[in-house]
Amino acid sequence: MTATVFQPIAARSAPVKTEGPVAWIRSNLFGDVRTAFGTVCIVLVLLALVPRLLNWGLVNAVWAKDYDACHAAAGVGACWGVVSEKFRIIIFGRDPFEEQWRPLVAAAALLGLLVVSCMRAFWRPALGLLWAVVLAFFFTVMYGGVLGLGRVETDRWGGLPLTLLLSSLSMTMAFPIALLVALGRRSMLPAIRSVCTVYVELIRGVPLISVLFMASFMFPLLMPQGFSIDVLVRVLAGITLFAAAYMAEVIRGGLQAVPKGQIEAAATLGLSYWQTQRKIVLPQALAMVVPGVMNNFISTFKDTSLVTIVSLYELTGAMSLALNSDSNWRPFKIEGYLFIALIYFVFCFSMSRYSIWIEKQVNKSRLR
Amino acid sequence: MSTPPKPPKAAWSWRSQAFRGLIYQLVTVAIILAAVLYLAHNTQVNMKARGIQSGWDFMLGSAGFDIGESLFAYDSGDAYWKAFLIGLSNTLRVAILGIILTTVLGTLIGVGRFSRNALVRGLCLCYVEFFRNIPVLLQLLMWYLMFTEVLPESSAPLTLGPFFLSKGGVNFPVPVWATGQTFAAIGMAVAVLLVLAWRHHARLAFERTGVPRSMVWVPLGIVLGLGVLGWLVGGAPMEFNMPVQGEFAIENGGALTPEFLSVLLGLTVYTAAFVAEVVRGGIASVALGQSEAAAALGLSRRQTMRLVTLPQALRVIIPPVTNQFLNLTKNSSLAVAIGYPDLVSIANTSLNQTGRSVECIAIIMLVYLCTSLSTSFGMNWYNNRSAIKER
Repeated sequence: MTATVFQPIAARSAPVKTEGPVAWIRSNLFGDVRTAFGTVCIVLVLLALVPRLLNWGLVNAVWAKDYDACHAAAGVGACWGVVSEKFRIIIFGRDPFEEQWRPLVAAAALLGLLVVSCMRAFWRPALGLLWAVVLAFFFTVMYGGVLGLGRVETDRWGGLPLTLLLSSLSMTMAFPIALLVALGRRSMLPAIRSVCTVYVELIRGVPLISVLFMASFMFPLLMPQGFSIDVLVRVLAGITLFAAAYMAEVIRGGLQAVPKGQIEAAATLGLSYWQTQRKIVLPQALAMVVPGVMNNFISTFKDTSLVTIVSLYELTGAMSLALNSDSNWRPFKIEGYLFIALIYFVFCFSMSRYSIWIEKQVNKSRLR
Repeated sequence: MSTPPKPPKAAWSWRSQAFRGLIYQLVTVAIILAAVLYLAHNTQVNMKARGIQSGWDFMLGSAGFDIGESLFAYDSGDAYWKAFLIGLSNTLRVAILGIILTTVLGTLIGVGRFSRNALVRGLCLCYVEFFRNIPVLLQLLMWYLMFTEVLPESSAPLTLGPFFLSKGGVNFPVPVWATGQTFAAIGMAVAVLLVLAWRHHARLAFERTGVPRSMVWVPLGIVLGLGVLGWLVGGAPMEFNMPVQGEFAIENGGALTPEFLSVLLGLTVYTAAFVAEVVRGGIASVALGQSEAAAALGLSRRQTMRLVTLPQALRVIIPPVTNQFLNLTKNSSLAVAIGYPDLVSIANTSLNQTGRSVECIAIIMLVYLCTSLSTSFGMNWYNNRSAIKER
């Protein structure tokens, strides 16, 4: 028996680097001739545009509340002074100037409530109670008339608090309606099914603005004589009914995705219709539709800007109100619009990021 | 099926599911009927009390307001029905053009999300996130402001050859209609018939031999060729109605108003962001194995996209894109905010003048309902055609 002598094999050379920034740039920006050409073209265009934009928006911009300086810089630099000058009207609309701490507190409370509702640690029954408390607080502070607060009629409410109120309240109220309508559209009873179908298709077929026109022009005609409802409530009802139709379709999608075997198994166990829906179908269906409902929330938030057409001064309306009345600042409307566009963007973008996060949370159960 | 199967016999007792179902339905119908009757009664009483007249007779009366732009002749003495018709034509004009432009822009940006160039991917992502998260009304107002504030006066417009861009909108030359154009139109009409014949022939040839024939270039060549031929036969007219710089405004030529352009641009840019997301989702939904198999067969990236990925993605893309087209049409009603005379703004003016709120709002709703329903019928037909043919 001869002893085998251990012979090491020569080491292989290291492979070409496929990770790290250099490799990424090589494959993603200069992968082939066409890609490289595209990269060069885009960089040239960006080099031409971005410095101009920065010059206009930052370097040459006027930040002081000085409209003479703004007029002098017109065309070369932005006039952000208009935002600092008109800030309070843009954010709070026609709310009385000395009383504007009230919408501030109310909006902060509502915003805090929305943020808290988004956190997983707070998803428990007491959250419903919190909603009731915060909404009561919101209306007390905004409307006043008690605790020594002066009364502020709803037609003077405006700006961001109104936007937040309209979007959050209409979505919360739309949800139960949407749930019932979605169940109704899948009901075995033909009369109920057709009523729900007609409602959904009718609302989804017309633009929101016509629903708002109806709320502001036709609604007073529909009510019994001598009975009038505040315009804010009418508009809120209009947006709610509109959002509910869209949400009902989203929820119906989730209901359809629940496997039939689940319902059959529930029937075998002797559960009634409502027991089946409450304990078997809805928990599965609602988990699936969370991203869709979040999308609904985002579009409702954006849609609230339409109430300015029926003369409620939410963020968009308050902005026009602030600048149209003042001929000195009117030329700088574009900066004002950019400012509220930023507000809308921040809200909608964070909601869409949140929606992605929550989708991951919901899908955890399906990952093994 | 959300309820358990029915028991075999429907007994007239509360224990019977069928009986309970009947009662529930009767109660629902009764409540809804009562509510409708009650509201109708209230409306009648209110109208009588406030002296509001109702009925459609006002449609024949003279409207008495001017309309900024119309596709056909109109003056303020014309009847309301004509004003409504102009509003409808303006809505349809902006919606149809918007849908075409949105499809092109949205598809480009959606496909751009799969580019091999990271800059293109990043820019497309930025576009989508930026335009989708700002309310469309705000965007329309901003476009309108750009046109009316930032651009130069129409006495000193930006000029690019025969094109003018100013606060008055865009002015451009239009060809003067003559025999040449008539012949060209006839030539193109004939060309469409020829293209149909070519398609039939190409499909037969493909099924016989397996050699694909061009479905883009040959038809395009036929249409353009016959169009030019007709134009030449008609004497090759070269006369254009050129816009001319007047003292205060630009005269002659074709013109697009700033209102129309802002609505069109705003709706297109906003909706394209959503269409791009739908296109991206559709392409991403095609199994990776499909494009790997295509690569194994030796297809180029472009061929893979055109022959393998897109046809499969289209089935996923079409239903949500239809929804986006409908949204665009419905959002065109926001034109009222910047004074583009679409249906809603005409109805709004008429409502304020005549006080017939029920009738005017009914017109808006009916028109949009009809548009929505007909669009979804058309798209359903196309959807059925492109669906997988299962045995």
